[in-house]
Amino acid sequence: MSLLTPTVKVCSWTQELDNPASLATYVAHGGYQALRRIVTEKVSGDDIIAELKTSALRGRGGAGFPTGLKWSFMPRAFPGDKYIVCNSDEGEPGTFKDRDILRYNPHQLIEGMAIAGYVLGAKVGYNYIHGEIFEIYQIFERALEEARAAGYLGDNLFGTDFCFQLHAHHGYGAYICGEETALLESIEGKKGQPRFKPPFPASFGLYGKPTTINNTETLASVPWIMQHGGQAFLELGKPNNGGAKLFSVSGHVNKPGNYEVGLGTPFSELLEMAGGVRNGHKLKAVIPGGSSAPVLPGHVMMDCTMDFDSIAKAGSMLGSGAVIVMDETTCMVRALERLSYFYFEESCGQCTPCREGTGWMYRVIHRIEHGQGRAEDLDLLNSVASRIGGHTICALGDAAAMPVQSFLKHFGDEFAYHVEHKRCMV
Amino acid sequence: MLSSQSLAAIDAEVVKYPADQKQSAVMAALRIAQTEKGWLTPELVEYVAHHLDMPPIAAFEVATFYNMYDTRPVGRHKITLCTNLPCLLMGAGELGEHLKKKLGIEFGQTTDDGRYTLKEGECMGACGDAPMCLHNNHTMHTQLTPEKVDALLDKLK
Repeated sequence: MSLLTPTVKVCSWTQELDNPASLATYVAHGGYQALRRIVTEKVSGDDIIAELKTSALRGRGGAGFPTGLKWSFMPRAFPGDKYIVCNSDEGEPGTFKDRDILRYNPHQLIEGMAIAGYVLGAKVGYNYIHGEIFEIYQIFERALEEARAAGYLGDNLFGTDFCFQLHAHHGYGAYICGEETALLESIEGKKGQPRFKPPFPASFGLYGKPTTINNTETLASVPWIMQHGGQAFLELGKPNNGGAKLFSVSGHVNKPGNYEVGLGTPFSELLEMAGGVRNGHKLKAVIPGGSSAPVLPGHVMMDCTMDFDSIAKAGSMLGSGAVIVMDETTCMVRALERLSYFYFEESCGQCTPCREGTGWMYRVIHRIEHGQGRAEDLDLLNSVASRIGGHTICALGDAAAMPVQSFLKHFGDEFAYHVEHKRCMV
Repeated sequence: MLSSQSLAAIDAEVVKYPADQKQSAVMAALRIAQTEKGWLTPELVEYVAHHLDMPPIAAFEVATFYNMYDTRPVGRHKITLCTNLPCLLMGAGELGEHLKKKLGIEFGQTTDDGRYTLKEGECMGACGDAPMCLHNNHTMHTQLTPEKVDALLDKLK
């Protein structure tokens, strides 16, 4: 397999090769050809953006925003400094796909960022890497050195006047930095607290300069699209949900891991690829898009296809494509207690509803789990959650509220049982 | 206050950023300082701030905001166990109890001999390999079992 084969393994094709992360492997299989062609033939940025729009590539970090449209927001003709930033701060519980791109296919990301730099007029890019994966950060740093030495990064690339330099920035433990403006603050050497928007990063981003921020998988998909065309990418998925996507399947399955499939693949097929529910147990619940996405009962998920529209219709979000599978032995109160603790721990403290509300929700769920729940607690939880969602600067507030609301909606009887009987029903 | 290797490593970080944005290197500089010294004393944070021409308070803000920095003493071996949901589903709860019992400490504590510190961590972004822990922030150990944890602890003198 190579980058030249138009298969569904858009980002994961190197995994079966020897030395998948090396420049030699990437170049031997078609790597950096798209960048070379674009730069030496001086392909217009408008044409590249049009191709991305045709591909229907939507942001792979969670929001699903159309990438071509996002790139078109950038004031490309603005004469000063501009930046392209990659968000590899992958800390959404359940998500571990970007880690595999960085460790098995770092050059496809580098090529994608260089193409982005060319289109957006950015001479410098940064890749912000999640703090807990230091070994992966080192792999990426080595890939950058290889790319610089081989002339794929630096000044006057391929003998043209195009210059692009790329650096890795290592985080150090803050989920909130996955929020794009918190990430920018963090690169600036500050606390990772999200900024008010507007102004949006395209006009006021890193160091106050126009900046485009995309997820790792999004940027790594760009060379494939430039190689095979937007239409070919679109056809890997379904209309409005172009392309293939890495799904991180974790929890109660026999073979947890990343599976790259076309958008629109039935959930049942994905579950089968992951070896099915462990030990022949029954499927109870699935969080289809990372911990912030509303949980769905297993039988609802079995009727879904894995794409933005189908999961949204079922009442949740495709998010980052992190599929957390829970079998019949799972106590939903315990599961929600842990997620609530996470949002409490990771709230940056800037907005009162989130700072206070996440702790409040955690304490209430904690007492339900520990046999001290009160009859009014379920209403209280819904009330607190509804007062956080939509009332904060960034989406962490909503991300904290949605699990609570969805767990209560679909598994409310389990919570009620805990309150009444002071113990678990599973 | 820091070795010449650490200072060289910090300088290699500084050049990643525009010349007037040295503060951008503070996260890496604090990481490098902590790796050499074990934990970030107030003096060390101030030293890093001066090295980067930034106000000490701004460096303290960073050191206390990101949870992998230690602004209090830790043992020689800091074990951070992820207990978030995907890890929990794969047995991280039992693993945490095993570690606490074996070391005789709770999360957030250090053994009396200063050998181990145990911390509860948040998502490390490797949930397909759950459950997992980090050793001294930079080395990840995955697909843990009580036996694997015991073997790891024995190795860490």
